[in-house]
Amino acid sequence: MTWWWAILGAGLGCYLLKLAGLSVPARVLERPLVERIADLIPVALLSALVAVQVFASGTHLTIDARAAGLAAAVVALLLRAPFLVVVVVAALTASLLRVVFPGW
Amino acid sequence: MPDPGHDEPTERRAIIRDGLGVGIATGLYGVSFGAVSVAAGLSVLQTCVLSLVMFTGASQFAIVGVAAAGGAPVSGAVTALMLGTRNTLYGLKLAPLLQFRGWRRPLAAQLVIDESTAMSVTRDSTAAARVGFLTTGLAVFALWNLFTFVGAIAGNLIGDPRTYGLDAAVGAAFLALLWPRLADRGNRVVAACAAAVALGVVPLTPAGVPVLVAGGVALLAGLLTRNAADATEIPAP
Repeated sequence: MTWWWAILGAGLGCYLLKLAGLSVPARVLERPLVERIADLIPVALLSALVAVQVFASGTHLTIDARAAGLAAAVVALLLRAPFLVVVVVAALTASLLRVVFPGW
Repeated sequence: MPDPGHDEPTERRAIIRDGLGVGIATGLYGVSFGAVSVAAGLSVLQTCVLSLVMFTGASQFAIVGVAAAGGAPVSGAVTALMLGTRNTLYGLKLAPLLQFRGWRRPLAAQLVIDESTAMSVTRDSTAAARVGFLTTGLAVFALWNLFTFVGAIAGNLIGDPRTYGLDAAVGAAFLALLWPRLADRGNRVVAACAAAVALGVVPLTPAGVPVLVAGGVALLAGLLTRNAADATEIPAP
């Protein structure tokens, strides 16, 4: 599968998932177990994505400037900063650290 | 049932103002998606197609994250689809409120995202919910796509993305999307387990797979807490 197929296939799939929500009778999916798992999937996936994006480098685990960026993002979120500010603060932190410690 | 007759001009203006505010804040953030996507090796056209067709931020960042890590396209596609399932739940909650029928429904479907849901699901009439949904959804759609393009062009010009900490920006973006859900204690436990499982399998599997394995934590937690069934909430943006 090339990236083009992945982009078009997943893009169309994501659209159909949205359309299904507006079209399917609620009782088909509104079971406590299905709803509960569907609510937990984004929590598990997003948390795993944070961990992997920050601490993985290929198939190795590592701590580098990205970890400092994440710490800065946590501080920004605790201060209730808006989305864009959180992202920029993390990028700036990592970028400045790399100026001080090149290659980190 | 929602009461379609209840809609005053001042309420309508306030809903439009809030929707545009959310749209501008979210749309601007498309710059970081565009820049990260081309840094991951996708072309400007592929990046823009993602924002136009997929149009759901977490899934877009996920597929781009797998590309950046050198993972298989199929891993990226599956992760994006799994994250996209939450929009189905949003749709289920919105359908009786928005009451879109006929040709309007497939058009409105593309706008079912975190922000448009949060800005409409709390309204007490169909008219007010539609104003919130359409204002927020259309503002995010227009600006998210515009700024994705701007970010992709800029990203191609700036060279090594690590110099600007763009690799750190992706983790922060996922954390910001996750943050509102961490108010719930059960969610915090699931998040911690999922992160631990993902990092545990990083040395054992190709890039992209650890996140899918961590998705199993959600299945397990859902099955284990079956008896403690509680009401599910739409998170704030």
